[in-house]
Amino acid sequence: MPALLDVSNLSIHFGGVKAVQDVSFSIDAGIVYSVIGPNGAGKTTLFNLITGVYKPTAGEIRLDGESIGGKSPDELARRGVARTFQNLQICMNMSAIENVMVGAHLRLDRNLIKAALRLPGLTRRDAELREEAFELMRFVGLEKYRDARADSMPYGALKRLEIARALAMKPRLIFLDEPAAGLNPKETIEVDHLVRKVADSGITVVLVEHDMKMVMNLSDRILVLDYGKKLAEGTGEEVRRNPDVIAAYLGAHA
Amino acid sequence: MLAQLLQFLFSGLTVGATYALAALGFTLIYNASNVINFAQGEFIMLGGMLAVFFTQAGLPLPAALALAILVPAVVGILIEKLAIEPVKGAETVTLIIITIGASLVIRGLVQVFLGKNTHSLPAFSGDTPIEILGATLMPQSLWVMGVTAIVVVVLWYFFNRTLTGKAMLATSYNRLAAELVGINTNGVLFMSFAMSAALGALGGILITPITLTSYDVGIMLGLKGFVAAVLGGLGNGLGAVVGGLLVGILEAMGAGYLSSAYKDPIPFVLILFILFFMPRGLFGAKVTDRV
Amino acid sequence: MQKRAYFGLYILIAVLAVLPFVLPNSFYLDLAIRMAINAIIVLGLNLLIGFAGQISLGHAGFLGLGAYASAVLPTHFGWHPVLAMIAGAVATGILAALVARPIFKLKGNYLAMATLGLGIIINIAVRNEAQWTGGPDGMPVPAFGLAGFELSSDKQWYWVVAALLAVSVWASLNLIDSPFGRALRALHGSEVASRVVGVDVVRYKVAIFVMSAVFASLMGSVTAHYVGFVTPNLADFFHSIELVTMVVIGGMASVYGSVIGAVLLTALPQALATFEGWETVAFGAILMICMIFLPKGLVPTLASKFGKAE
Repeated sequence: MPALLDVSNLSIHFGGVKAVQDVSFSIDAGIVYSVIGPNGAGKTTLFNLITGVYKPTAGEIRLDGESIGGKSPDELARRGVARTFQNLQICMNMSAIENVMVGAHLRLDRNLIKAALRLPGLTRRDAELREEAFELMRFVGLEKYRDARADSMPYGALKRLEIARALAMKPRLIFLDEPAAGLNPKETIEVDHLVRKVADSGITVVLVEHDMKMVMNLSDRILVLDYGKKLAEGTGEEVRRNPDVIAAYLGAHA
Repeated sequence: MLAQLLQFLFSGLTVGATYALAALGFTLIYNASNVINFAQGEFIMLGGMLAVFFTQAGLPLPAALALAILVPAVVGILIEKLAIEPVKGAETVTLIIITIGASLVIRGLVQVFLGKNTHSLPAFSGDTPIEILGATLMPQSLWVMGVTAIVVVVLWYFFNRTLTGKAMLATSYNRLAAELVGINTNGVLFMSFAMSAALGALGGILITPITLTSYDVGIMLGLKGFVAAVLGGLGNGLGAVVGGLLVGILEAMGAGYLSSAYKDPIPFVLILFILFFMPRGLFGAKVTDRV
Repeated sequence: MQKRAYFGLYILIAVLAVLPFVLPNSFYLDLAIRMAINAIIVLGLNLLIGFAGQISLGHAGFLGLGAYASAVLPTHFGWHPVLAMIAGAVATGILAALVARPIFKLKGNYLAMATLGLGIIINIAVRNEAQWTGGPDGMPVPAFGLAGFELSSDKQWYWVVAALLAVSVWASLNLIDSPFGRALRALHGSEVASRVVGVDVVRYKVAIFVMSAVFASLMGSVTAHYVGFVTPNLADFFHSIELVTMVVIGGMASVYGSVIGAVLLTALPQALATFEGWETVAFGAILMICMIFLPKGLVPTLASKFGKAE
């Protein structure tokens, strides 16, 4: 069976800065795959490349065998690719539940005229969606924010709201960019469980995270980046033993 | 043929120099605060009108001109202190409305106190035209171009060689970082408004002997200065100067060769094309959003 | 929450229904009609500026296109006013769509520049083509009629415009609480987030820009027929600014704010007329003070003060 996501020789340059350089890896369906590395290693840039926010300078990205490199984010969304952001990207001008509902954008009738006339079919579907969105909020543990405005919610809750929004897309593949960053230990454990639940629901998870306990605990496979290059790849145990990884993390030049 | 071309070029460069000064004014304020100051045109008008007023009041020309630059600079500072600093970080639309409000207040006050008439100022060194290859050049045009050139050189020196200038540049690149290294960014904002008001007023004074002035000339001059700034790439000083001259020249050529009735829209047609094909203007930097 | 949003609509309808019976004279009726016309334009513009977060400084240009279509086509070519109105709206829609795609790749201040330029070009064209438009002096507009019935008295105009306003408020409320409206608000809140959930942001920005331009054009036609005369001032930069000001003062991203903003700013020049000569100063000062002290606009500021969601 071919891999769900196959990345080969991917590179992007910003002026003279080679943020991601010649990176190759592949991700099988149904696993939790983590990308780790020191700050500035190119992890978020890699996410931006695969989710279409940046266009690669060179290399190829295949989803289910189809080349998707350079496609726009909305085209990738259509193919079931979802993501969250390291720096929160919540729409503060909307309510919490509306943020989740936006995730279902592509599954809805987006006709302007029908919307303006409030046709019954559309309203009914919208009411159903509201329930669906609330279910997702319950799934990520935000049920008490049903009627909250996004700008009134605490940081930790917004991190999970982003996950709920991504799940509303009914994705096959979800990229979580530091879901536990800035959270306290208790919240981190909750997010750990949440990611597990997401993976168990059959969605392939790609994770960038600095919390090593969480990464080791959750990941089936791990990719290590350093200065935009692939340093190592393998299971948690393999990566942990890799001398290059140890050197990079301890700062020693082996 | 050549004489005619040269003639249009002269008038284009003359008015273009004024646009360049206005565009520099936009650039200064934009870099310090990300605000597009829609009152910029009123500084141009204010310079011209006040120069007329002070000379008519009997002041000697140099004193009148100095005051006609100083007063708009103070007005610029007032706008910054009273209307821009209190709303730091507001939405772009809000800031645009505030500066438009300021422009209406300035225009309204001039209309009340100096009237609605059109005024002129005597040329600084006479009206004897200079003949060049069959085209005529007014001495005042030389004043406009010469002073603008000096201003550009002085500004270049200021931003590249003096500490204050470098501090202003640093603030435009990264406000927070500038604050962290101890730059008084509010001071920078203050300086930018004073300087851009003075630049606008200077342009207004220089051009008045050629194009005349009245309380309502600021709108078009300001908007064309804005076009010039965007054309050059918003925030780029050199771009502002090139943009200003280019707008002036194209406008003069268009008026001469195509239709004088359609002189005014030429810069706006031009800017639409530029934005369609070079969305960052001629010299604007490419920005990548970080997420 | 959605139910409560429509409560204001019932109040509005009640006010509109009672108004003509309590207004003392035709001066106020005329003022009410112009308020309602502006309110409809501002509703469309607020969808663009307040909800989608995009600036337009050229909307008076679109208004002018509609107004002059209704003046020029019937006068010079004998077109039926309804046909002329539709032609104006279609032409505006096409023009807006043509320029919108490249424009909406731009952001903030560049967008302001592009729309401003477009408005100014339209205004100058109207001013210059005197053989068609009467130039700076303007031109008369024939009366509006449909199927043998002619709209002539202010009372008739009032009911037409009031009905249009009520329908527009209703449609706006519907729109913002729909998948389309959520996508618009989302791209304002976070463009990158809305892109990764599948929103084709340029398409949405173009759609709402074209829609608000067509609104403005149609209301330009209505204004032309109602006033019976058009001048280039209808399409000038200052009028574009007035419209944006109505949006911002009433409240960005607030349907009822649009109505309040239009009402206040239509009345303001009348109120300021007593200041003789100081109108411009007062108008400018009021703009600045409102924006400094109520940067979110009247309705959202008051709503959050009294703890009510709009």
